[in-house]
Amino acid sequence: MKVSDDIVLRIEGISKSLSGKPILEDCTLAVRRGELKVLIGPSGAGKSTLLQCIDCLIQPDSGDIWLEGERLERKNTRKLCDYRAQVGMIFQDFNLFDHLTAEENVAIALRKVRGMDRRAAKARAMEELGRVGLARRALLYPAQLSGGQKQRVAIARALAMDPKVILLDEPTSALDPELVGEVLAVIRDLARGGMTMIMATHQMEFARALATEILFMERGRIIEQGAPETLLAEGSTTRTRDFCTRLLEMG
Amino acid sequence: MDSLSVVLNALPAILAGTVVTAGNVAISLAMGLVLGVPLAVAQVYGCPWLRRLVDIYVWFFRGVPILVLLFLCFGLFLSLGLPAHPFLMSCLVLGCTSTAYQSQIFRGAIQSLPQGQLKAARALGMSDSTGITCIILPQALRLSIPGWANEFSILLKDSAICFVLGTQDIMARTSFVAARTHEHLALYAAAGLIYFLLTLAVLKLLRRLEEKVHVPGYSSTGGIA
Amino acid sequence: MIDTVFLSQDVLPTLNKGLLLSLGLIIPAATLGFACGVMLGCLRTFGPRWLRRLGDAYTALLRGVPLAVQLMMIYFALPKLGIYFEPYGAALTSFTLCTAAYQSEYIRGALLSIRQGQIKAAQALGFTTLQTIIWIVIPQAARRALPGCGNEIIYLIKYSSLAYLVTCMELMGHGKALASDTFRFTEVFLTMGLYYLGMVTLATWLLHWLERRYHIPGFGAR
Repeated sequence: MKVSDDIVLRIEGISKSLSGKPILEDCTLAVRRGELKVLIGPSGAGKSTLLQCIDCLIQPDSGDIWLEGERLERKNTRKLCDYRAQVGMIFQDFNLFDHLTAEENVAIALRKVRGMDRRAAKARAMEELGRVGLARRALLYPAQLSGGQKQRVAIARALAMDPKVILLDEPTSALDPELVGEVLAVIRDLARGGMTMIMATHQMEFARALATEILFMERGRIIEQGAPETLLAEGSTTRTRDFCTRLLEMG
Repeated sequence: MDSLSVVLNALPAILAGTVVTAGNVAISLAMGLVLGVPLAVAQVYGCPWLRRLVDIYVWFFRGVPILVLLFLCFGLFLSLGLPAHPFLMSCLVLGCTSTAYQSQIFRGAIQSLPQGQLKAARALGMSDSTGITCIILPQALRLSIPGWANEFSILLKDSAICFVLGTQDIMARTSFVAARTHEHLALYAAAGLIYFLLTLAVLKLLRRLEEKVHVPGYSSTGGIA
Repeated sequence: MIDTVFLSQDVLPTLNKGLLLSLGLIIPAATLGFACGVMLGCLRTFGPRWLRRLGDAYTALLRGVPLAVQLMMIYFALPKLGIYFEPYGAALTSFTLCTAAYQSEYIRGALLSIRQGQIKAAQALGFTTLQTIIWIVIPQAARRALPGCGNEIIYLIKYSSLAYLVTCMELMGHGKALASDTFRFTEVFLTMGLYYLGMVTLATWLLHWLERRYHIPGFGAR
């Protein structure tokens, strides 16, 4: 893992409230190239909302986003689409396009957003599917794939766009326990390959082993952040450690 | 003259009327499809005043009987000084009505898709218009085929009212011959049979279309097959 | 622009007269049609095989042939077999027969949608067949059939205008006569359209109110 000093994505003062209730309050973070930041925290803490605000799938009420030093003009539709094309997003419930095969799912954005021709898009899609180990499933439709396979297709779909950073919103929490491993393995390979990522998860073992930094969220705020070895160190009194211990106790 | 020979003699005329009926239904259905899809998209994704406008359109054309609309159309054509061509007016009225009904079929289909589909399209950098045309509509149109088949059979039956304006369709020709020969029973039975067979034939055709564009494991009932 | 004198002295009184007969046609047709539809629906679900077949054929036939054709047959053709109808009787009979076919379809769908497990569970608790039907089957089936059956009544309101084809002087018949006399089609039929819109909207509200009133969270969701 090589983490350089240049900042790929920076958000500052992101806030969001829904029907008067604050969901996110003044969230700020910066991701350097090659980093894997892991968001943890109890459900309802705002992890998913934060990730979707970063991709502007939910428009934040206030705050700013910079991608590679350039500030995002959220009101400019064209710029917004451009920005989203450079930021990958993996959803908890996959959101594969149900009417397209695995390969078409990966290829469609290449064709419609990047303007690639059909042949080139297909070749690229096959390459990405190969990377997640699904080349042989290319012609199957989402309903014919297992949960783990669907999520790997979703990862291939994001990778095909050559994203500068990938946001992963609890990518394994909708999966049966025996399928979690195959998806984590793909993410692990990406992290080792130097992909910049922000990931919300409950997989503590995974976070401890691979995260460059852990961000602990509660009630819409990032309340602790630091390297896993500091936050989770034996005997430390951080909220993060407290939360992890409780998670482990429950099973 | 016995009933059978009356029907046989009238058959060429009634079949010519069948062509008129088929044309009327086909044009109206096509009009409903072309206008119904944008209306549905406007109703789901449009701004509030546009939605309100579509709501009013749908409310009006679903609430007023075809018969009233036909005469109203006739009156409007007269007062505007337009040539009151029966076939044209029939297509216009049935088309506008079908637009209202079809827009509701498509709207239901669009709304039955998971929220995440458009979100995922946006996350890949697609604009909303690309997302709707490439991701939402291909799925929604597939889901609409059964509702569309139903709309066809309703429209075919509604077209049998258009003869009040003088459209030379199955009904017009049947009632014309029936009034002269007083063989109402046999003639209307024959007309009914033609409508029945037309419905069956087209429904079979649409079922084949549904199979052809079927996506494995993805059905209109929303379940996993 | 709007001729208020014509509207208040001619159109409204004429249409009101017609409205009364329209309601006198819609209400009995809807009631009778629904009752027949329930019977037909039950027969088509639970009846002996040959009766089920017969019911299916009846339903397919009446749903496949335009109501206008059915109406013409009953009014013009049945006299040939020695059965005579007044215009009102012909319209009422035709609407009842047709609406029963459509209603039976919704009733049947609702009955079929009740899961076997529900009936087994009732039996396991010691319910008799009659008790099972009254306390378990009907409350569930009625809720499922309500939207379809309600919509069918809304359709009936609109298609009641077809009674004009057999010279029954209801809303449509009176209005058409007035329009032909005065040759003011636009005013008459626009007003008539509002009458029908009013009836349909009222029925829709009523249906939605009923649906909300008897709504059970999560019931009927796929």
